[in-house]
Amino acid sequence: MIKRSVGERIFEIINIIILTLLGLIALYPLWHVLMASISSGDGLARHTGAMFVPAGFSLKAYRLVLETPMVLKGYGNTLYILVFGLALSMTMTILGAFALSRKGLYGRKVILLFIIFTMYFSGGMIPFYFTVKNVGLADTRWALIVPTCVNTFNFIIMRTGFEAIPVSLEESAKIDGANDFVVLWKIILPLAKPIIAVIVLYYAVGIWNSWFNAMLFLRNRELYPLQLVLREILIQNDTAAMTMGGGDADTGMLNEVLKYATICVATIPILVIYPFLQKYFAKGVMVGAVKG
Amino acid sequence: MKQAISFGQAVPRQKKPRLLRELAKNKYIYIMLVPFLLFYIIFMYGPMYGAMIAFKDFTPKLGILGSPWVGIKHFEAFFGSIYFWRLLRNTISISLQTLVFGFPAPIILALLLNEVRQAWFKKTVQTISYMPHFISLVVVCGIIKIFTGSEGIINDFMVQFGQERRDLLLDPALFQPIYVISDIWQKIGWESIIYLAALSSVDQELYEAARIDGAGKWRQLLSVTLPCILPTIVVMLILRVGSMMNIGFEKIILLYNGNTYETADVISSYVYRKGIQEFSYSFSTAVGLFNSVINFFLVLSANTISKKVNDTSLW
Repeated sequence: MIKRSVGERIFEIINIIILTLLGLIALYPLWHVLMASISSGDGLARHTGAMFVPAGFSLKAYRLVLETPMVLKGYGNTLYILVFGLALSMTMTILGAFALSRKGLYGRKVILLFIIFTMYFSGGMIPFYFTVKNVGLADTRWALIVPTCVNTFNFIIMRTGFEAIPVSLEESAKIDGANDFVVLWKIILPLAKPIIAVIVLYYAVGIWNSWFNAMLFLRNRELYPLQLVLREILIQNDTAAMTMGGGDADTGMLNEVLKYATICVATIPILVIYPFLQKYFAKGVMVGAVKG
Repeated sequence: MKQAISFGQAVPRQKKPRLLRELAKNKYIYIMLVPFLLFYIIFMYGPMYGAMIAFKDFTPKLGILGSPWVGIKHFEAFFGSIYFWRLLRNTISISLQTLVFGFPAPIILALLLNEVRQAWFKKTVQTISYMPHFISLVVVCGIIKIFTGSEGIINDFMVQFGQERRDLLLDPALFQPIYVISDIWQKIGWESIIYLAALSSVDQELYEAARIDGAGKWRQLLSVTLPCILPTIVVMLILRVGSMMNIGFEKIILLYNGNTYETADVISSYVYRKGIQEFSYSFSTAVGLFNSVINFFLVLSANTISKKVNDTSLW
């Protein structure tokens, strides 16, 4: 054990103080939102400055948010898009990554170039909009699933993962007469579980966060995913749908609290799960980085 | 990808039989590729084909092929418009600021975290710093809007210094600072992961040697740590520069308003407004195409430099 000098001890203490401050700064906005969301309407209206404990206490805003049909429908639509989107994205990405991880496949180089080119050049927003419209997907939830179902970056990570699997395993299976689908299903997929978990998470986060395409393609409000509903409430300041039922003076004061509660309803589920998944995400960053 | 490159050079003279043989041998593989490639053809190359409306006067009624050609009229209109320089200036200004302030931030965080001996403390700080990455953009912008609003917490403090309450997002001078600061908050933790990984692979014996030579913490940082993670830093920097024209316009669309177009409007947000909201399809496609082309050459040159400096390339 090396003895640490006084200078180093001082450095360590200062370092921990700096990091603690940074951590608190990073955490504060979220804490503020959480505390404000369980405040009472008039408590929050009177409150100024930093908020470490709730100003008054009321869960009424949560009740109103959870009773708002648009929020619930938004959750439902997001869930629909998540389930079908993940199924389609994973199927497509796995098939593509497996096929293009076969060494010596005729035309592989050209096909890869064809795919990677799209990472760096695109037709742009307006032609994309018309493409989706022309395919007949506009104003359906499938417009948020099909046109973005393969993410080239995720495809590259997946392909890198598949390529790392030793060839000898599948060769023996092939000698036993297994075709490529069987090899993929019985040998590659079980071995690639960790990388598949990473990609599922990446797609899920992408789908959960997306709102722009929904804004482009959906006219029917019944189909709005959660993020687009949130945009109306948080960005366009529209809380009317929530306070309509209340009518009394107290509900009117809840306007601000409602926004905070909406943020929490849309965010807490993710933040509760994520520390458990953190290591998978981080792993994906590493694999992706190796490949550039 | 090295193998892929060497492959294909050994194409024999009789192409056809070889091709057929290959197709037969790998028929299942090619079947798997069909839906995958269809996706790219329709949704990636389809819009590239559609981008030809930049050179036409497109109306949905006449369709892409039926609309009349007009040459580079829309490009000329864009380059000549008063918005051209404003959009270019804002795009470059916002990218440069996120580069200058946002790029070193995760490196510094990683360096500080790397010095922490208490594993639990390190883990806690990391978990907290990743958190904003998992909050959706709409919610992040919602929080920004509430905090910068006239009744928001930032105004609560400014009042103490004799300022009047006002909505900060309505002030053109504040849009870019708000964008850049919140960007650091969103990304600092997540982007530090890659540097932490690089730091963890630094040979500990180098530090021992430096200590024996009497190097203090600062000396160790300059002479051991930084040189060891420099390749990672260079690659990340080059990638960053390569995507400079590619600003996260979704965040801009969520935060800007008529008052702040002067400093907030970038090329892609302009494309959205012109094309989707004002139906100038051909014109906005031309603007978008201009952006795509510049982007492409930036990435291409970034990659070439990266290859020279580091032997690391994107393809």
